[in-house]
Amino acid sequence: MSTATTPAGVPVRAAKGVVLTLCCLLVILPFVAVISTSLADQQQVTAAGGYVLWPDNPNLDAYRVLFSGDVVTRAVLVSIGITLVGTTLSLGCTTLLAYGLSRPGSFAGKPILMLVLFSLLFSPGIIPLYLTVKQLGLLDSYWSLILPTLINAFNVIVMRAFFLELPKELLDSAKIDGAGELTILARIVLPLSKAIIAVIGLFYAVAYWNSFFSALLYITDNAKYPLSLVLRTYVVNNATIGGGDGATALPQQSLQMAMLVVSIVPIVCVYPFLQKHFAKGIMIGAVKG
Amino acid sequence: MVVLEEPIVAAEAPAARSRPGRRVRLRRDWLLLLCALPGLAALLAFHYAPLLGHVIAFKDYQPYIGIGDSPWVGLDNFRIIFNGDPVFLNALSNTLVISLLQLVFVFPLPIAVALLLNSLVSERFKRVVQSVLYLPHFMSWVIVVAIFQYMLGNAGLLNGFLQTHDLGSFNLIGNPGMFKELIVAQVVWKDTGWGTILFLAAMSRIDPARYEAAAVDGASRLRQLWHVTLPGIRSVIILLVILRLGDVLSVGFEQIILQQQAVGLEASDVLDTYVFNNAVGSGVWGASAAAGLVKGIIGVALVLAANKVAHLFDERGVYQK
Repeated sequence: MSTATTPAGVPVRAAKGVVLTLCCLLVILPFVAVISTSLADQQQVTAAGGYVLWPDNPNLDAYRVLFSGDVVTRAVLVSIGITLVGTTLSLGCTTLLAYGLSRPGSFAGKPILMLVLFSLLFSPGIIPLYLTVKQLGLLDSYWSLILPTLINAFNVIVMRAFFLELPKELLDSAKIDGAGELTILARIVLPLSKAIIAVIGLFYAVAYWNSFFSALLYITDNAKYPLSLVLRTYVVNNATIGGGDGATALPQQSLQMAMLVVSIVPIVCVYPFLQKHFAKGIMIGAVKG
Repeated sequence: MVVLEEPIVAAEAPAARSRPGRRVRLRRDWLLLLCALPGLAALLAFHYAPLLGHVIAFKDYQPYIGIGDSPWVGLDNFRIIFNGDPVFLNALSNTLVISLLQLVFVFPLPIAVALLLNSLVSERFKRVVQSVLYLPHFMSWVIVVAIFQYMLGNAGLLNGFLQTHDLGSFNLIGNPGMFKELIVAQVVWKDTGWGTILFLAAMSRIDPARYEAAAVDGASRLRQLWHVTLPGIRSVIILLVILRLGDVLSVGFEQIILQQQAVGLEASDVLDTYVFNNAVGSGVWGASAAAGLVKGIIGVALVLAANKVAHLFDERGVYQK
């Protein structure tokens, strides 16, 4: 805490360590168990009554069965597509909007900023959103999974705050040299903002990969289900899933857990990059405004 | 997460001094406007324009006729609210109970964990704990619900363990009587770690000299916590309480709709699922829209009111005048 205080006694420090370690275990253990069950072989799963904490003979059979059928394969492809296209569009629009709002005193800058800020205070509501998507003819279209969540106002605010912090002299000197707005954006602002763009891009990517609300509302054709809806059907609601060739000698639990792992792994892969930046960058920036 | 403070708008002030004319600025800034356009269009189309959809709360909306041609019915749709339709009241009371439970049990936890983390001597241990505790926040509700079923369900890991050791069973999942506890437990698991970030950021900005001064005056660690740390994070706490108030009527739509099948509507229906099930599910559009509209208005009103109260107490709140 501070250098002036004497450190707490050993028992207090030990107690803190134990409490926090227990908290960490509560978070980690379920993930370990999920992965273990997905890797365990049939005998062990059956013997353990469904789930195992540690696989004796780890194998990838469950994954092989999953990807031999087309339900999960297709859902994974849909989710990857939505994530790639959505993140690209969201990041582009967010960066441009934040940049457009980053010159205090610019024409119509203030009212647009107020629109962005005010949108944080309310949500349009389930029915109005549904009707809007319906009116636009986007029901059961992949675009319904992207367009309604294209702009996250909070990300716009964070990015704008970052752009405002960039040294003014740099932008001014570029202007004196005759650079236009777009040149300044491409040559000066973007190269200086790589970190924030990467983090916000990752936030968007995780949101698209996880997106459930939009899919639940707008997608009824189960051939177009993203991974989140397939997970709901087969893992949460326990529908029976089989591989394409009917080779499901495997216990349900292994398949379900493998499906869960498939949806968790991408997040865990980008997590270290996210984590490196958000703790110091984004959140402190947000607190400062 | 929504956190705004004044500099966002305050930064505008200096430029206003010698502001050139409108036309000059338009000619100068049209490219900036063009940049803002796509994002702004998306925001207008999917955040502001949908507000118009609330008109169906005053109509007998029939999807085949369309919004424009459906007949007006005045306040008829609001009868479910004014006449106290039992299904609606059940959803409302579930919402309020869950919200209250969250305010009491979920809200203070991140503060406690943040205080604990902040008092750690080892920076490395602190960082490891943080990395672990933030992780569940990035999992979708589908994943969290699936993990809970798997760990605590009737055929799950915990019950498997209890049964093999003849210790009875722990019936949390699919048990209507425990549904609200389950919801709270899931929120705690998913977001306690993430919730510490803002408090930790606020704590890191407290001037160390204050602790030193307090220590010189003979304040124990506990008194320092009370007189230095807590006052230092007071404005963040107030800010988050205000935002929480605005969400009093929204309790985890995704989380709850995923688990409704197992426990039934009586235990699990909340306003958002009521609206969704009745409209998109059963086609009762008008009444659901009325419930949704009232809910939305109350939410905004609560945020504005709470903010006003914060101003009265000289706190900054979410936005400033």
